Amino acid sequence: MYQYSEQDHQLLLERVSQFRGQVARRLKGELSEEEFKHQRLRNGLYLQLHAYMLRVAIPYGLLSSEQMRTLAHIARKYDKGYGHFSTRQNIQYNWPKLEDVPDILDDLAKVEMHAIQTSGNCIRNTTSDPLAGVARDEIEDPRPYCELIRQWSTFHPEFNFLPRKFKIAVSGATHDRAAVAVHDIGLRLVKNETSEEIGFEVYVGGGLGRTPMLGKVIRKYLPKQDMLTYLEAILRVYNMLGRRDNIYKARSKILVHETGEEKFRELVEAEWEKIKAGGLFLRDEDFKWVKGFFNDPAYEALPDQDADFENLMLSNADFARWVDKNIELHKQSGYRIVYLSLKTALQPPGDVTADQMDAIADLADKYSLGHIRTTHRQNLVLSDVQLKDLPALWEELKALDLATPNYNHVTDIISCPGLDYCALATARSIPISQAITARFDDYDFINDLGDVSINISGCINACGHHHVANIGILGVNKKGTEVYQLTLGGSAREDAAIGKIIGPAFEADEIVDAVGKVLSVYLESREDPEETFLMAYRRLGQAPFKERLYG
Amino acid sequence: MDNYIKDRKIDSNEWMPFTGLEDGGSLPAGDIYVPLEEWLNARETLLTRNGRLGIALRNTDDPAIIKDDLERLDLVVLEFPKMADGRAFTQARLLRERYGFKGEIRATGDVLYDQLFYMQRCGVNGFELRDDQNASHSLKAFDEMTVTYQPAFDEELPLWRRHK
Repeated sequence: MYQYSEQDHQLLLERVSQFRGQVARRLKGELSEEEFKHQRLRNGLYLQLHAYMLRVAIPYGLLSSEQMRTLAHIARKYDKGYGHFSTRQNIQYNWPKLEDVPDILDDLAKVEMHAIQTSGNCIRNTTSDPLAGVARDEIEDPRPYCELIRQWSTFHPEFNFLPRKFKIAVSGATHDRAAVAVHDIGLRLVKNETSEEIGFEVYVGGGLGRTPMLGKVIRKYLPKQDMLTYLEAILRVYNMLGRRDNIYKARSKILVHETGEEKFRELVEAEWEKIKAGGLFLRDEDFKWVKGFFNDPAYEALPDQDADFENLMLSNADFARWVDKNIELHKQSGYRIVYLSLKTALQPPGDVTADQMDAIADLADKYSLGHIRTTHRQNLVLSDVQLKDLPALWEELKALDLATPNYNHVTDIISCPGLDYCALATARSIPISQAITARFDDYDFINDLGDVSINISGCINACGHHHVANIGILGVNKKGTEVYQLTLGGSAREDAAIGKIIGPAFEADEIVDAVGKVLSVYLESREDPEETFLMAYRRLGQAPFKERLYG
Repeated sequence: MDNYIKDRKIDSNEWMPFTGLEDGGSLPAGDIYVPLEEWLNARETLLTRNGRLGIALRNTDDPAIIKDDLERLDLVVLEFPKMADGRAFTQARLLRERYGFKGEIRATGDVLYDQLFYMQRCGVNGFELRDDQNASHSLKAFDEMTVTYQPAFDEELPLWRRHK
């Protein structure tokens, strides 16, 4: 994990003190709400429906147990005892008081955390693969590159007042668990076919929101040494040419679309030619330095089997289900990756209580080398658990209600906070996700359905990523009533796709039935259980689903 | 009181904006700056004067247009029509780092306390503060942050190369 230098610490302290000053000026009335808005947003502070919301950055989704305990402390002391993990691997607090926020930032700074650039029209927290460094399909660990991007983008003087927010994701594996195609810039680590050198495939202009678009490949191969100069060139073109006349047309996706992919590429390449030899060119020493923070921990040499584990697999069906659904193979023999499901019928998706956070921190120390990761599907990961510890860990997770066996299955729902919290929302999303979970909360059914994603957004801004779900649900307000549109066929993985609206919207009390019908069509029509929902939908097209829903 | 900061000191503004050459107006004495179009239309006439000369760019102008003129200019005025519009940050960096402009780069418009640090890093050294801003208080804004990660006008190298 990256270790702060004295200067990193200094920067956080200065930022907290600067923000304390901004809050004081606002409270004294020296700063108008409009001008304060630009400042607080750059520090993750939104004004929501009922209160302020503070979004804390978790750079590329990596947390130490000590940091997790601080998050628990903040939930307890300044909020209502819980936090909400977001689709961008961050955590949000829904009830802080404005005057407490500088103190919260002070507490965060003590454990090298902050809320810098978690909102506002600037470069946001860089996201990545939650399995970075431990995945079997990894080409190279993306986190050192993410850290370089974090430093480059933090308080970048030129790009702090962009046309709109700007999101960067980095994936280092064959399978895309970072949804690179739906970010303003997506970087996919690739090996050069001839030289075996590491570089990036560069996507640009992806994004969801009102006009969902997949990123375009602007460059098939960018040498890793050129990563930051190339990012700077893209951002410079965007800062100068991105639209500022209409907030809904200001994202990079619109600029790329309106300029045309080819022309946009020319503009970026021309700018890049002029700066590629500058101070941001990355040298071997720079990589060596930053990679030093992400060395493999001291793994024990272990066999990839364990008798107690095997026995419990045979004797305890619940354990076997959990292992089947929530455990992933690790690159290191004798270790496993464990998903902690934050999707139960009891809590809104992504919500964790302060007590759970403390307990997760303890489990991380006890079983997983003291680290926790957050995922873009709003779950948590313990990345380095020994096979022999899985039975004990499972018992402890069960007691915490964090062992629901549903990872990447139908009840592993992404949901935005919706009308229960959000000032932009036009419909509720949490109650819908809970109703769906309650309806389908049967292991055999979940297991039979296999790999399928449901995402829910409470307005067209699409924070719940409904466009890239196999089954997407969008809540809208139609003449004073909340109704829900269904989109089918989306994907946020390496086969990324934007789902299509299937037909007229459903009332709140019809949407769960509608999802049920969609799932039945799949179960009846699939060629065999190996054919996933998405594969079947791509083969069948919309027609049979339409027929069942509206016929 | 001009509410104007130059090179981190409160200063008085000696520059006058000037337009209207095409309508037969006579050229004033002293230091003037003109919109880009005026410069492009009447370059030679403007250069016959004795006073110093500056150009005001719109934030949609590519500074490359005046790159060959910069040696004859003492001021480039940039606009921040509202706080959220950050195009002039890029213009400032290009003027300094790519085209080597040595004169004053002046920020006008919504020039507010919380942007001064970023403007300075991009090469702006003249600040026409918005009327409601307090100039002596604003001087503090330049030093609120002392750690900078990335290269800009004020730093050639990223932090990770500076401390080694």
